[in-house]
Amino acid sequence: MVDFGGWELPQQYTSIRDEHFAVRRSAGLFDISHMGRFKLHGDGSFDFLQGLLTNDLSRIGPGRAQYNLMCNERGGILDDLVAYWGDDGFIVVVNASNRERDLEWMRGHAPAGVDVEDRTFEQSLLAFQGPQAESLIPATGLKGLPYFGFRPGKVAGTSALVSRTGYTGEDGFEIFVTADRVVQVWDAILAHAAKQGALPAGLGARDATRLEAALRLYGNDMDEGVNPYEAGLGWTVRLDKGNFVGRDALASVKSEGPKRTLVGLKTAAGDIARHGAAVFKGGRRIGTVTSGTHSFFLGHPIALAMVEVASLRVGETAAVDVRGRQAAAETVQLPFYRGSARSAAATPAKS
Amino acid sequence: MAGRLYTKSHEWLVVDGKTVTVGITDFAQSQLGDVVFLELPNAGRKLEAGESFGVVESVKAASDLYSPATGRVTAVNDKLAGKPELINSDPYGDGWILRLEMAGELPKDLMDESAYKKLTETGA
Repeated sequence: MVDFGGWELPQQYTSIRDEHFAVRRSAGLFDISHMGRFKLHGDGSFDFLQGLLTNDLSRIGPGRAQYNLMCNERGGILDDLVAYWGDDGFIVVVNASNRERDLEWMRGHAPAGVDVEDRTFEQSLLAFQGPQAESLIPATGLKGLPYFGFRPGKVAGTSALVSRTGYTGEDGFEIFVTADRVVQVWDAILAHAAKQGALPAGLGARDATRLEAALRLYGNDMDEGVNPYEAGLGWTVRLDKGNFVGRDALASVKSEGPKRTLVGLKTAAGDIARHGAAVFKGGRRIGTVTSGTHSFFLGHPIALAMVEVASLRVGETAAVDVRGRQAAAETVQLPFYRGSARSAAATPAKS
Repeated sequence: MAGRLYTKSHEWLVVDGKTVTVGITDFAQSQLGDVVFLELPNAGRKLEAGESFGVVESVKAASDLYSPATGRVTAVNDKLAGKPELINSDPYGDGWILRLEMAGELPKDLMDESAYKKLTETGA
């Protein structure tokens, strides 16, 4: 067990390697109930979120979810989150480590008539992720659910809100279910899917799969001192949607260009560049590793590093500090691996 | 051949005459998580008891390995280069790390199984 933003989470249930492979080849079931879940009430919720988040919610509609950033006035990232446009209001899912700060920030910005309710403790959240997740989930009512769509359904006979989202690079589902039924749903999914190789998966497999997919981790790859353009998340910033917190600062970052950028590095077996390791080019320090692990699936270590802009292009060689010596690193294209999420994203919406 | 002995830094050793076989304990491997790489010395290297002789890299972290006795390395487990996961799956068997030809006496602070068990249960 490890402490993760105040929650006790298993690093692994059996083996990180086995769980990682299950997610890439079959499916893995994650308990992500540590993530913060807020429900917004009030007619002004849409305008409130539009003024607080970087992406443009008018590009989606009811039944759809959107990846978003919440920035401060200086354009620094306060959190990354997913906003769900529900029939009876918006749901926002935030990082566990930021839940209390986010809640305070959102309530502090909410106009009269908009209420932000913390539903983290009465609702649980599971993620069932993998190329076979769609065929292995014991659920009804999900047919034709598009990527980043969500709707009420039944999972193992239990009413749940199911969204086609995730944090592994694979197709899959995130399942909101009341806390008193979650154990039953967890057991039923595994009982149904185990024969096809699905496994319960812990934090180790979650970190490895998200890193292969180059999905950023708040607190590692970005924080309040990093802006969306530096984090490679400029695509979530819609400067043309009207005013929002941080817009002016982000507009000037965009016009001047970011000073730093996230790149992907690949190193030789055993040379795992960890968070905080220095990155060099030609003997000069150009940046810092933000996330690094061994990828069992790719067979070598991988890392994300925040480096001076244009200092490392794909194919170029850098050096990273590994246990006090400089190890060679190759700059590679991101993401390191494209899983089944891409084909799910390409599936046209049938609903 | 005596029973298995343990160090405070979570190595185990088995002594057979002058030959000492060394590995890391089941507790150590479970704390490290999946091992992905080991940096190990070559045969012939002389080690002092307590000297760092290598590194085990797991998914979580890099950890130093310490020699539980003074002596010369006579063999290194070649299988670990290709299958570092043997450290996890069979820490006391196929996951052994190296053999030493012992010089002098064993250190006094080695533990037997029950003392080591007590150490790990008190959260050290």
